[in-house]
Amino acid sequence: MTSSVNFSIISAEIFLLVALCVIMIVDLFQRDKERKLTFLLTQLSLVSLFVMGAQDLGLERQVGYSEHWIKDQFSTVLKLAIYLGTFVALLYARPFIRERNLMRGEYYLLTLFSVLGMMIMVSANSLLVVYLGLELLSLSLYALVALQRDSNIASESAVKYFVMGGLASGFLLYGISLVYGMTGTIIISEIASYLSANQANLMIQFGLVFIVVGIAFKFGAAPFHMWLPDIYHGSPSSITAYISSVPKIAAFGMAFRILESSFGEADIHWTPMIMICAMLSIVLGNIVALVQTNLKRMLSYSAIAHIGYFLLGLSIGNDEAYSASMFYIIVYALMTIAGFGIIIFMSSENKDYQQISDLRGMGRFHPWYALMFTLIMVSMAGIPPFIGFWPKLEIFRLLIADGQVLAAVVAIAFSVIGLVYYLKVVKEMFFVDCEDSPKVSNSRSLKIALSINCMLLLVFGLMPDSIYQYCISAFASLN
Amino acid sequence: MLENLPILSLLIWLPIFGAALIIFVSGQEKLQVTQWLALLTSLATFILSLIAINEFDSSRYYLQFIEDKSWIETLDVRYSLAVDGISLPLIALTSLMTVIVVISSWNNIKLRAAHYLAAFLIMCGLMNGVFAATDSILFYVFWEAMLVPMFLIIGIWGGPNRIYATLKFFIYTFFGSVFLLIALIYLGKQADSFNIFKMHSLLIESDTQMLLFFAFLIAFAIKVPMWPVHTWLPDAHVQAPTGGSVILAAIMLKMGTYGFIRFMMPIVPDASLDMANVMIVLSLIAVAYIGFVALAQNDMKKLIAYSSIAHMGFVTLGLFISFSLLAEKQVDAAIMGVQGALIQMISHGFISGALFLCIGVLYDRMHSRDISDYGGVINRMPQFAMFFMIFAMANAGLPGTSGFVGEFMVILASFQVSFWIAAIGALTLILAAAYTLWMYKRVMFGDVANEKVMGLEDINMRETIVFILLALMVLIFGLWPAPLLDIMAPSVQHFIDCNLVSKLSPEGMCS
Repeated sequence: MTSSVNFSIISAEIFLLVALCVIMIVDLFQRDKERKLTFLLTQLSLVSLFVMGAQDLGLERQVGYSEHWIKDQFSTVLKLAIYLGTFVALLYARPFIRERNLMRGEYYLLTLFSVLGMMIMVSANSLLVVYLGLELLSLSLYALVALQRDSNIASESAVKYFVMGGLASGFLLYGISLVYGMTGTIIISEIASYLSANQANLMIQFGLVFIVVGIAFKFGAAPFHMWLPDIYHGSPSSITAYISSVPKIAAFGMAFRILESSFGEADIHWTPMIMICAMLSIVLGNIVALVQTNLKRMLSYSAIAHIGYFLLGLSIGNDEAYSASMFYIIVYALMTIAGFGIIIFMSSENKDYQQISDLRGMGRFHPWYALMFTLIMVSMAGIPPFIGFWPKLEIFRLLIADGQVLAAVVAIAFSVIGLVYYLKVVKEMFFVDCEDSPKVSNSRSLKIALSINCMLLLVFGLMPDSIYQYCISAFASLN
Repeated sequence: MLENLPILSLLIWLPIFGAALIIFVSGQEKLQVTQWLALLTSLATFILSLIAINEFDSSRYYLQFIEDKSWIETLDVRYSLAVDGISLPLIALTSLMTVIVVISSWNNIKLRAAHYLAAFLIMCGLMNGVFAATDSILFYVFWEAMLVPMFLIIGIWGGPNRIYATLKFFIYTFFGSVFLLIALIYLGKQADSFNIFKMHSLLIESDTQMLLFFAFLIAFAIKVPMWPVHTWLPDAHVQAPTGGSVILAAIMLKMGTYGFIRFMMPIVPDASLDMANVMIVLSLIAVAYIGFVALAQNDMKKLIAYSSIAHMGFVTLGLFISFSLLAEKQVDAAIMGVQGALIQMISHGFISGALFLCIGVLYDRMHSRDISDYGGVINRMPQFAMFFMIFAMANAGLPGTSGFVGEFMVILASFQVSFWIAAIGALTLILAAAYTLWMYKRVMFGDVANEKVMGLEDINMRETIVFILLALMVLIFGLWPAPLLDIMAPSVQHFIDCNLVSKLSPEGMCS
């Protein structure tokens, strides 16, 4: 049925691994403090991965390696989003890490390792491979956060992240082991066929609870969100921009592979849990974000709220809703990178300006960037015609179609609360008088990249189809 | 050539592209260029709207200038535009008021004038979009997007308490419109299309109708604004710059009542009929109670803001009285009520806009809006006094001005239902005369109050042009409203005949 070894379906992963080794060796012999070659090679490999991945769009689904590995439209689309997000995050990071003495080869290598981990996560067809990918991702991220050794707050974050992440992985693994104990398999499709033949008994439900907890931990959904604001706040901003956006795309892949592909038949057991996490995240994220004065923390809580809306889509549990969730998480990544891009842009001369009040005077002295940041904020708030509106619309539409009008009303009402803190940023930029010009980065590449990223929020907002059709195709090919 | 012109798209996108161009060339040394650019763009838009009126076949109720393109296939959202006799006059009003705002802010705005003008042009395009959209999601996109420039206009160029006012404005209206969104999504699913007119022919059970009614009510009542959700308006008006107040009063408020006409009344007519008495009572409260509140104001802008709420109460009264009239089979009176409401919408656009401009003229010179700071202005500004008098009289509903026509028709229609509704409604004629003319007396007449008033200079050429334009409109539509009524008549007839019939059963519905 399936050939055991099939290099063509893991060619991208092999390519990245080889590229990684090459870059590692090249980096060893570099004397350049700027690490220009490392940077260029890293970006080049991401671009080539993207080009290669784009060829795979529309291909048939292929399974290999004793059904442990899968390559389908779903994984291809997610991988493309991952490459793109990483590319942008590294672009933003360059001026930031240059000023903070973080310009080391490890920064790029660890990022590439985490990309490899994410690719494995979204292409896994067995729970063990999912777990392996997750660990590769997580370990790289722990190290990335810890890269700023001389900063207390970054080290603290790294330890927190490590302990919390380890705990979450433990939960996940324990859940997987319970499921394995009952079904006798870790292959996703075999679990699915087991469940279509048998009822999910108490032991499987018990395991499912642990799996859901592990996934919710990784997403930072309430009530498992406590680590998230601290770590986003404590990490160097360029790393925050990365860990808050791209890994969530992979986490979605993981959640889908585990929850839907394996436990789709037993979805009455996990959708209520996801629903509760979603509503709690929306409520908590939006309300706590209201009182934040630190922009980074505010964005962290807003990220929790966004994850809530995203999980709401996941909890509906049909293909249309999964494509809406996928749309949401990709758009979320696009907006979040831009959002933390603001903080990178506002940090100059090795000093961080993270308070919302530090944005004062932007409207007067840097009107273009103030306008761009306004685009980010209104897009996050879900005002049309910006891109943030469409996935929200789609999720509300599917909730209502599913008959859960009350949940839609509550979620939508909280998005009004969300508006308040996003507008607070716009208010500080435009409405509060300020005599001093705020300090901003003068890196041209950052300025251009950030402007393009923000303009994309409007451009995609005018033609959301250009993203959404790929999300739909990812699920159309599954059946 | 004109037949193939996508005139509605041009009405939307021309000002927006003009604004983009202005932002592109902005810079203090090029202020003149940007001003002329803004004037040209707004004039071109206005001329386009006149062409549209000229080309419009007013003998038919059908939608005209239809544009329908696929926009977001995955969501089945279409870029579809069209106008009928109800929306076309509002588009023309929007375009005209934008020209007036551009002229009136000439050299007046010191801070980032180019951005100010660009914001108004963007607003103009988006508001035209609201009136022209026939796809409900497209409508919602314009409806929400419009808030952003207004938010910035009040927040950047507003008065001392602008931040509070603009946040209140944005959050209040956003809160309302999310319920609109839920209702639209639900209806889109039921009708299997987001087309507004497909929603009109949907059969809906009475319980669902009631829920939809409240969703629409929250959204549109906040926008109108109706008592008791009107509190954002005085704040927003007082803090907004003159141009912002003009657009807010002249056009944005009309969107609430336009929403009633386009969405609430045709889609949920049975619930509207059930709730018509509540709506009539709310309208009467707006007319009477807010009228008294206006009487007590010392801030001129606040006074006009409250007067706007009271006058918009007349529009909602005219709309919802038609349900009571239809229940009694008085179709002609119902048509009169709706037409009166529509005329009142247009006329109030001119009058409130003009009054805010008058206050703007005074504020530019004196930097005060307190009535008590003024007195005897007529001695220094006789020309201004004349125009201000015309608009004050129109606001009071003097026969011969456009303010009279709509109010008279609505009162006449409500008389068919109940003497008391008409009586309370007619109270506005007294109250409006009281607060407007009393304000006029305190500001304009008497001896010159202080040194500052002594130093006033009369209106200049630019201001005169603006006022002549508006005064002509007020007087023309007051003396000869027939052209306006003609454009509206078939659409209103259709609205009454087909849209307000019961949606509980297919019986009696127009095909």
